[in-house]
Amino acid sequence: MFDIILMFIVLVLTFFIGYHLISRVPPLLHTPLMSMTNAISGITILAAVLVFSHETSGPFSMIGFIAVALATLNVVGGFTITERMLKMFKKNQENQTGDSR
Amino acid sequence: MDLLLQYAWDIAIIAAFIFGIKAFRTPPDARTGNRMAAVALSAAFILLLSRHQLFKPETVLLALAIGAGGGWFWAMRVNMTQIPAMVAIQNGAGGCAAMLVSFVELTRAGMALGTMNQFFGAVGLIAGAVTFSGSMIAAGKLSGIVRGTPVYLPRHNHLLAGVCAAICLFGLWVGLFASTAMVFYSIMVVILALSLGIIFSIRIGGADMPVLISFLNATTGLAAAFCGMVVESRLLIACGAMVAASGYILTHKMCLAMNRDLKNVFLGRILPPKSPEKSETVQSQTPDTQAPDDSKVSDEVMDETPEEKPEEKLEEKAQDPFQLALEALSSAKSVIIIPGYGMALAQAQFNLVALGNRMEQLGKTVKYAIHPVAGRMPGHMNVLLAEADIDYDKLYDLDTINPEFSSTDVAMIVGACDVVNPAANIADNSPISGMPILNAQEARQVIICNLDTRPGYSGVDNPLYQQPGVILLLGNAKESIAKLIERLA
Repeated sequence: MFDIILMFIVLVLTFFIGYHLISRVPPLLHTPLMSMTNAISGITILAAVLVFSHETSGPFSMIGFIAVALATLNVVGGFTITERMLKMFKKNQENQTGDSR
Repeated sequence: MDLLLQYAWDIAIIAAFIFGIKAFRTPPDARTGNRMAAVALSAAFILLLSRHQLFKPETVLLALAIGAGGGWFWAMRVNMTQIPAMVAIQNGAGGCAAMLVSFVELTRAGMALGTMNQFFGAVGLIAGAVTFSGSMIAAGKLSGIVRGTPVYLPRHNHLLAGVCAAICLFGLWVGLFASTAMVFYSIMVVILALSLGIIFSIRIGGADMPVLISFLNATTGLAAAFCGMVVESRLLIACGAMVAASGYILTHKMCLAMNRDLKNVFLGRILPPKSPEKSETVQSQTPDTQAPDDSKVSDEVMDETPEEKPEEKLEEKAQDPFQLALEALSSAKSVIIIPGYGMALAQAQFNLVALGNRMEQLGKTVKYAIHPVAGRMPGHMNVLLAEADIDYDKLYDLDTINPEFSSTDVAMIVGACDVVNPAANIADNSPISGMPILNAQEARQVIICNLDTRPGYSGVDNPLYQQPGVILLLGNAKESIAKLIERLA
């Protein structure tokens, strides 16, 4: 029972921390934010790998295999694309000076 | 002691995720944040491997290699216009993984699971399956494989309610009664939940995609959190909850930006029956319908002077709109550019930024006004313009830029319609009434670079098109802008 209560506390607490932090993210970064949180939701990879912590039979190991592959795709793809996107956001000093003319 | 150490690690990893998200204030910090989250996730993964003995490690390794290779390859190659579709597919992948894990845990452990775990397992199964199929439909619509316009099934709302009821029934059965024979019922739940996702998202059309994507982001988070409840992993719960919060906030912001509530977006908005072809941006929505239009128009534009038939009835027909636009831009001191999804479809962002830079060289002030729901996902326009090497300090959001239009010489609209439609200010119960818009009409001169004068996705005619003095530069935006750059001196 203690575990269940603890899990609920974790759920509610992190939701509110997340809510508080994310409501202050500027619209400029909404797309990268979404793709990063998307990658974070790929944390199901932990649960997917845990499928193999028991002796698994044919169909279950097949399902586990797909789950691990999909979750990895989510994690790696998500973080990579976020990095690529953020790398494109530039602040060009030369343009700045031309601007103020 | 060992338990304490576990808690400490979990807290450290969760804290790293929190700091990663907290860093999303400016692009350079966000980059650090993103890496921090990636490191945190890797640490969690390594920690898990150190705690558990895995059977069939070679199978796990192969799956990891396939997933990582595919994800990396795809993320490096995808172009920025396709980002919404990619995010949708990744949402789907996350949802699917949560669904599969919940399924395995539910059907394999049987009696071994606690009642609560089993109940959450059923919820995770449903959330994962709905996210999966919903995301696949969204991705299909975004990439043009599925028709972008809303699809109505007969008695759509009843169907939706019926499937929901059936899911609750089977879900409760799976969630509350334990037995390994639950395989059949679990599969029933999965099938029902998959069809719910399809029925739910098939009705949501192009310009409402930002809401749908944000919502699916939230449900992926929920699916991960419930999956965490089943396997009793605090990390999964914490991360899932944070992702759910993020998706929820974005959903809410998108709804605010359209002045519609969630129910209105998701459950039955009756579109006006006329104009069958609706797209937010006047450019047609799906690539397949766009292609013929586009080629036709670009042929026209190829001619030295674009002769636009639609506005012959307008008073300035005596003058070439291109010449007018050129004069307006060369005499202007300040210009605000308003991009919409049409810019993305025409791939005009590079030319547009080049035009902006050219005007700056000529000593004009150039700003870019970004409406929150412009494009197909939250912040889509910002990424597209960033791709074209824009200085992100020149991108302004709705509230910041709106007071500036009245003191601006030229507002230049590129592939946007509904987000600048003054009809939104009239409370007449039209689909966009009350929606906050960019007040382009307040600028001294308005130039519109759209493909044609069809109404936007909402189906509401834009009075700007008829307004005297507004310069309509119809046709392929990429080419009209290229010509403007050439001749602007």
